[in-house]
Amino acid sequence: MNYKQEIFISEKKLRNKTIIAFIIFILLLIAGVFIWKKLRHQQQVAQSPKSIRKVLNYNENLFSNFLSDEHLAKTYPKSAAVKNVRVNGNIGMGSDFDPSTWKLQLVRSPGDTLFLTLDDIKALPKTEIVFDFKCIEGWSQITYWGGVKFSDFAAKYNLNAQTQMKYVGLVTPDKRYYVGLDMPSILHPQTILCYEMNGKPLPMNQGYPLRLMTTVKYGIKDIKRIGTIFFSNERPPDYWYERGYDYYSGL
Amino acid sequence: MKKVIKKHPLAIRWFHWINFPVLAIMVFSGMLIYWANDVYHIRWGNRIFFKFFPDSFYKALHIPYRLAEGMDLHFVFMWIFAINGFIYVLYLIFSGEWRLIVPNKKSLKESWLVVLHDLHIKKTMPPQKKYNAAQRIAYFLVILMGLGSLLTGLSIYKPVQFHTLCSLLGGYEWARIEHFILTLLFTLFFVVHIVQVIFAGWNNFRSMVTGLDVLPDKEMILQPVVINKEKDFITDEKDFKEITLHDQNNLNEATLSEYPSVTKNDAAGSEPSADENNREEGEDEKK
Repeated sequence: MNYKQEIFISEKKLRNKTIIAFIIFILLLIAGVFIWKKLRHQQQVAQSPKSIRKVLNYNENLFSNFLSDEHLAKTYPKSAAVKNVRVNGNIGMGSDFDPSTWKLQLVRSPGDTLFLTLDDIKALPKTEIVFDFKCIEGWSQITYWGGVKFSDFAAKYNLNAQTQMKYVGLVTPDKRYYVGLDMPSILHPQTILCYEMNGKPLPMNQGYPLRLMTTVKYGIKDIKRIGTIFFSNERPPDYWYERGYDYYSGL
Repeated sequence: MKKVIKKHPLAIRWFHWINFPVLAIMVFSGMLIYWANDVYHIRWGNRIFFKFFPDSFYKALHIPYRLAEGMDLHFVFMWIFAINGFIYVLYLIFSGEWRLIVPNKKSLKESWLVVLHDLHIKKTMPPQKKYNAAQRIAYFLVILMGLGSLLTGLSIYKPVQFHTLCSLLGGYEWARIEHFILTLLFTLFFVVHIVQVIFAGWNNFRSMVTGLDVLPDKEMILQPVVINKEKDFITDEKDFKEITLHDQNNLNEATLSEYPSVTKNDAAGSEPSADENNREEGEDEKK
């Protein structure tokens, strides 16, 4: 009749069992609180507890396995793109910027830097992309961008040795905003050095003359107004990583 | 001597008590994340009835400007939530415990009677096993909700790598809304669960710690009926589906003989199969 067998035990035994069970229960409760407190006061790496960083790195290793040139973000017709593109950050976009003297510094190796004009970049095959841009804050917008695939750019400027390295670093001319991306993400077919928005030159507040745009990262990695590009086997400095965010931030 | 039932296996108690703080951390860190783009509200036409969430709510819980911390916690504790839930479901399947939790044909109808009973509108309810019909439905749905949270969560977390899943759920924005609604339902479940545990009383709470459900002294039968464990576990439902609490008063020797594992004592006493609530209800009637 019962879902489990009924058994008989003495009151003393029942009391002992109950006491032991509750002692274990309360000890575990204390242990849980202790672990939580320990975690909160643990030594920090880039404003996040050490062990949390460890798990985030593990997540990166796991989920970067899924990243491939075949896994493309969904694209949309140009008509689906919004006209009023949200502007969500101006760090590294100081007003003392002079567009007429801008050149992209491509550091191929220490002491070997190429200075490229916007026309040099525009001379490469153009790639357009309309996709659902995703901000780490949680909003998204279908937006339309034009530029040069980073992989085309790398092929043109003989960056074969450089693309064997693990990371790319990008920095604004005033060096106040900077990001690092893993090589597979920057070579992804939907990652472009972007100079157009909605078919027109990038507006100043969207990072004129050149910004990064990728479907495989949150917008925090889409640095506006690129000044310098360099390559490294170590993680290049990253503005939001230093403020507690995940380094990978991949989608 | 006390008569007890081994109600909750040790494994289930572990799963339950691990899940409780982990789910709390997931909900709280989820709120830290949601704050950064808190656009959801309940609206009818132009009138906004409720905004998720009011500023005073954020302030009271110290939620603002903690997005990075929220994401960090969320993407660490998601593993414990997922692994604990996964092993729990495997355990339910392989231990046979799922039979006690997955709703059956009668559950929908009976759950209504359970609700009426819990609201003190109806005095009795049909005999239930480990979980009553309403509990079966609630606990089963909460398992499905857990799966739903994992799938909607994965589609927001890696929408490009899992784009098929994401589009099946209606796209990125919809997946985020679904994830949010599931969280609200978890919170609702939590509140109802706590209230029900308080009403069910100490013995019920204790059974989730010790595993033992202590039966009232009154019902003690000195010569326990020999029960065939396996048969009892699987077929009891079929054997006794006809007996309701109401029918018990009219039981005679003839009917009893059809149900070999029911003794006269059982029938004369209060409902022998029912859970705590039922038993108490039966006693109340006698008084």
